[in-house]
Amino acid sequence: MSDMAMPGEGQSKSLFINDPKVRSIGLQVIALIVVVVLGWMFIDNARENLADQKIATGFGFLENTAGFGINQTLIPYTETSTYGRAFVVGLLNTILVAVVGIFLATIIGFMVGVGRLSKNFVVRALSTVYVEILRNLPPLFQILFWYLAVLSALPGPRQSISVFGEFFLSNRGIFAPRPVFGEGSGLVVWATGAAILAVVLINYWSRARQEETGQRMPMLRIGLAILIGLPLVALIVTGFPISFDHPELKGFNFAGGIRIIPEFVALTVALATYTAAFIAENVRAGIQAVSHGQTEAAHSLGLRNGQTLRLVVIPQAMRVIIPPLTSQYLNLTKNSSLAVGIGYPDLVAVFAGTALNQTGQAIEIIAITMGVYLLLSIITSIIMNAYNKRVALVER
Amino acid sequence: MKRLLSTFALAGAFGLAAVSAQAATKLEQVKSKGFVQCGVSQGLPGFSSPDDQGHWTGLDVDFCRAVSAAVFGDPDKVKFTPLSAKDRFTALQSGDIDILSRNTTWTITRDTSLGLNFAGVTYYDGQGFMIRKDKKVNSALELSGASVCTQTGTTTEQNLADFFRANNMTYEVIAFATNDEVVKAYDAGRCDVLTTDRSGLAGERLKLTNPDDHIVLPEIISKEPLGPVVSHGDDQWFDIVKWVLYAQIDAEELGVSSKNVDDQLKSATNPEIRRLLGLEGKYGEGMGIDNAWAYNIIKSVGNYGEMYDRNVGPDTPLKLPRGVNALWTKGGIQYGMPIR
Repeated sequence: MSDMAMPGEGQSKSLFINDPKVRSIGLQVIALIVVVVLGWMFIDNARENLADQKIATGFGFLENTAGFGINQTLIPYTETSTYGRAFVVGLLNTILVAVVGIFLATIIGFMVGVGRLSKNFVVRALSTVYVEILRNLPPLFQILFWYLAVLSALPGPRQSISVFGEFFLSNRGIFAPRPVFGEGSGLVVWATGAAILAVVLINYWSRARQEETGQRMPMLRIGLAILIGLPLVALIVTGFPISFDHPELKGFNFAGGIRIIPEFVALTVALATYTAAFIAENVRAGIQAVSHGQTEAAHSLGLRNGQTLRLVVIPQAMRVIIPPLTSQYLNLTKNSSLAVGIGYPDLVAVFAGTALNQTGQAIEIIAITMGVYLLLSIITSIIMNAYNKRVALVER
Repeated sequence: MKRLLSTFALAGAFGLAAVSAQAATKLEQVKSKGFVQCGVSQGLPGFSSPDDQGHWTGLDVDFCRAVSAAVFGDPDKVKFTPLSAKDRFTALQSGDIDILSRNTTWTITRDTSLGLNFAGVTYYDGQGFMIRKDKKVNSALELSGASVCTQTGTTTEQNLADFFRANNMTYEVIAFATNDEVVKAYDAGRCDVLTTDRSGLAGERLKLTNPDDHIVLPEIISKEPLGPVVSHGDDQWFDIVKWVLYAQIDAEELGVSSKNVDDQLKSATNPEIRRLLGLEGKYGEGMGIDNAWAYNIIKSVGNYGEMYDRNVGPDTPLKLPRGVNALWTKGGIQYGMPIR
């Protein structure tokens, strides 16, 4: 650009189209107009042709009764709910897999990534084997493996594996007691919230104090005392209002309690372990990007290995890790659409699958679905970019 | 992926096609490319499934071959596109296939708001349930609380919801994209019950590890008229597909089969048979095809009864009795419109 601007000085009196600034803006405006006009023609033409063939169009279908069941719903949903509601159910199921998957993938990824650089041969070898196997197998294959392996390994509901008589494991999923919040339990919830807030605040204050005076507080003990003590006091005061709804074997299956369906387990575990292999490599690269002199300097200041890693190496490595980590998070979110392979009711299966087929409004539904994935990815990017900015090197 | 592609094709076809330009008729298109593109299932024994050499067989497949025989005088000018339940209508709407012959239920939504035309019923079916014998269930009304596996994108999902709601029973549905996944999950014990059209159950049962461990419950919970589908906007093509089926049913009623059709051609005196075989009248011309269209169908594919017996009848692994699919003269409801 600057090369082009330089000779412009002498020709400033010539035609305005020779002005690089005017020309570049002009070209961009023309390009924008062309895109908008083409897009409009495309939509208008499609609408007219669809109307010619009497294919229903528009978004009115979202208010029609869906009439099909979904086996995992985070919000109340019945067969009489609308397609719009089914869409939200599918979206939440996708988000659930994405959030839990990202959480697990990050933990496993960091552990394996650090393990790849361990001085311990066994840990290093295991980590290498993990990365090389998991990142080199197609994700759909891994999901099917987990699903069919988990399913065929577990017994039917009547022979389910019981843990303490409260948790049941079978090929219908994991069943656990569900807490039922009775009268007065609001106080307990509030107390728990207050305890968490208090711990965060005290932690903040103690850190400031340590930086000022060098005195450390036994945060772990204080934190635990508050976290357990406050809700416990609230429980005693209100007279234990929380009871549990226990899963019970009724007919074909367990009824009551909380249930985690095997499709969710298979999908989340497969995606988390698969993505973790890539994250591990990002972490390893990030740590290796921190010059060895930093470690030596930390050691010579008397920091132990763990402290060196936690306080010196990782914070610097984060700058290298975060951008590719964002890509991995986006990949995991998008790969969750492989759920259709095992019948997990995610957005693609419920909305772009069943709902699409029943309404036949392919163009609208695919457009909405693509828009949602775009939005999810952009939100993830924004969050990660904000975090990246925080940990980025501050240049003076 | 396929669905996405056909959706783009659909958007592209509708977005880019000139609104007013008069395109060639479907029959002209089919004739100029030299084959009928027929959408079938990804493998449903008896209806459409490929054998180990890649040859497609089944009732739905034979119907497409009959259309090919009517148009080209040769039953083999067909190419088959295997489609999942989800992808089938988009493929038809976008023009990827000329005819959808894929055990597809005729419903008002599909007929009126998807831009499709149902050309008749090749098999009157109803939805049923299959369950393991050792669960000791004898009626669908004992299924409360059951986990049910089914294929997504079918009328089955809604019928299932209706049935359980009407009978005040709870259930859990696990919907898979393809039939094979449904069967695999059921076989692995993920669900207690597999539900689909009863003809489908007969076919799927054969894919299970131990087919004899499973029974089909007696209840029929829905009406599933299965038939070939074409897209809106070309009445001539719609007529051809419709009359191919009627010709096959009429042929059975008149006793004309692939075995005796040549004799009938020489010696038939019954005016109905003579009209069917093109000896009297020019009925093929009205549709833009050869007057010997019905002869070609019967000679190469056979009449409706032959097609039925060969693919799904009592002598096949599916062992489906004719039931309501018998001719109207024999207590069933298959009824061919008169050729005159």
